[in-house]
Amino acid sequence: MAVEETENAAGDQSPAVTSTRTVDIVVSLILLALAALLAVDNWRTGMSWDASGPQAGYFPFYLSVILGAASIYGLVKGFIEPASEPFVTREQLTRVMQMFVPTFLFVVVTQWLGLYVASFILIVGFMTLIGRIALWKSLLTSVIFTVLMFVTFETAFDVIMPKGPLEALLGY
Amino acid sequence: MEALSLLVHGFTVLLTWKTLILMMVGLVLGIFVGVLPGLGGPNGVAILLPLTFSMDPTSAIVMLSCIYWGALFGGAITSILFNIPGEAWSVATTFDGYPMAQKGLAAEALTAAFTSSFIGSLVAVMLITFLAPSVADFALRFGPPEFFSVYLLTFCSFVGLGREEKHKTIISMALGLLLAGVGMDTVSGTLRMTFGWSELFRGVNFLVAVIGLFGISEIMLTMEERLALRGHAASISLRVVLKVWKDLPKYWVTLLRSSAIGCWLGVTPGGAIAASFMGYNLAKRFSKDRDSFGTGRIEGVFAPETAAHASGTAALLPMLALGIPGSGTAAILLGGLMVWGLNPGPLLFVEQKSFVWGLIASMYLGNIVGLVLVLTTVPIFASILRVPFSAIAPMIVVSCAIGAYAIQNAMFDIWLMLLFGVVGYVFKKIGIPLAPFTLALVLGSRAEDAFRLSMIGAEGDLRVFWSNGLVGSITTLAFILLFWPVISKVFGHLGQFVRPSARTN
Repeated sequence: MAVEETENAAGDQSPAVTSTRTVDIVVSLILLALAALLAVDNWRTGMSWDASGPQAGYFPFYLSVILGAASIYGLVKGFIEPASEPFVTREQLTRVMQMFVPTFLFVVVTQWLGLYVASFILIVGFMTLIGRIALWKSLLTSVIFTVLMFVTFETAFDVIMPKGPLEALLGY
Repeated sequence: MEALSLLVHGFTVLLTWKTLILMMVGLVLGIFVGVLPGLGGPNGVAILLPLTFSMDPTSAIVMLSCIYWGALFGGAITSILFNIPGEAWSVATTFDGYPMAQKGLAAEALTAAFTSSFIGSLVAVMLITFLAPSVADFALRFGPPEFFSVYLLTFCSFVGLGREEKHKTIISMALGLLLAGVGMDTVSGTLRMTFGWSELFRGVNFLVAVIGLFGISEIMLTMEERLALRGHAASISLRVVLKVWKDLPKYWVTLLRSSAIGCWLGVTPGGAIAASFMGYNLAKRFSKDRDSFGTGRIEGVFAPETAAHASGTAALLPMLALGIPGSGTAAILLGGLMVWGLNPGPLLFVEQKSFVWGLIASMYLGNIVGLVLVLTTVPIFASILRVPFSAIAPMIVVSCAIGAYAIQNAMFDIWLMLLFGVVGYVFKKIGIPLAPFTLALVLGSRAEDAFRLSMIGAEGDLRVFWSNGLVGSITTLAFILLFWPVISKVFGHLGQFVRPSARTN
């Protein structure tokens, strides 16, 4: 699975974007906020007892308390501990984004043009732009894969996927 | 002996052309999924689950369990040929497997890995055959308090015995249980934690979460680490297979020991990884020639593979008999069963006899067919790894999206999958374990129902969890496991006080 084997050397010298400790603290804060939000919501739903037993919010309310407590512990631990190893280096982040951004765009396009068209665009785009593979190979791979998926799910197994204008034009 | 006749009945259910073909398809897909980085067992089963929606439950579960077998077999290929463990429990296989491949013994290492997987799984399936009915029979007496205490035991053992930081395991588990509660409350019908958002009314589907957490995040991690695969070519000839098999009796102690470790750890949750390392370390410890481990000894492949697969298979025992999955993949199979309206647990053995025994029979058959298939097709699967990653990555993304959408035909689920992908990536990097999250998400509503039903029955008296010997001892055991790190430390200190002279010399 050679992912650009040619530029293999520079990897680890790239500057760190952020440290694991910072991410640890940020995640703890987000989880704490989430726990507070859910606790309030469950308190509103009802976290006490009525005639039929515990109310709907009873179980989740105490879980949010546990989640909150564990996040506070993590938060304190994060502040006490010395700075740790880098979370990602800039170069690593670039590569992760090379994966994330196309995936995100793929989901957006799926919403408008349907899954099959979006998957065709994703595969061609990813192979040519990021993998630097010849266009004709990318096109061929993409067409074969997309048609195969269409036949498998739409025709053989009756699993319906989101479809767009192109499929409508073809009568599906 | 009732088990045997039921098993024979199970085989007759299976032996139709349609089922056998599905079995082959499942195995091939499974090996495929196991070989590709960024897919792996739990995620592969979750993505392929929608394929089975239009089948009858027996065919569907046969296909799914074969995907699972295939993924187990496939993981060994990448470990040995490419030094990349497809799954965490394949890590120990790389210690001796990859050096063997470097020495030109790839075929021997692969044969050893597949054979020991086969033996480990076979022992565990036999355990399931003879033990599961009695466990289920025993569990038929369980009421809500007993079930809740068993769930509690599962959760507590994750926290107490896991190697991750305790608060991170608790975070992961609490988050999973909370997300399981989103949507309609099953006892009272009240909506909760939806914030009036209609997409959340039906709740967070755990398969969507699994596909995001394990699939999308894994592909981002693979990209970040920029895996450069340079593997060894391999094809297996019949001569090599027979040679390895001829030596097999020499290693019977190792095989037996690893199978036993695997079965024991597999029944307790999250055991496969621990089992593979324990199998390897014990084989090393009892060996006359300890230093040769790690340089490419065939025994170093036998030991971890047997243990990992025995444990991966044994994980299905509590899933079937109690409705409590022993591993992430077992949790997904459980989710699959629930999709078809089957309720895993003791009643399954009474109400769905032919289904249960069909499944167990398919484990035997799938294992044998899988061994033959994998031995003959290794070169084809190894060549998949030479396809550029930039061609495979987008295809995996598309497969994930298809899997996520098909579960409830909801576009929202694809977005959710993407969100879980990012969450999974961050969690993996800061060491929040994902297995407790998955387990909690699957078991969440069942655990809550059991808790609330016992509370209603006991009118809010928490002492119901110690109301009789059975439930009392399970609950107590749960708390002992939860505080196990503290307890073992205290006892360690006590031990020092009792016999101080032994240590001073």
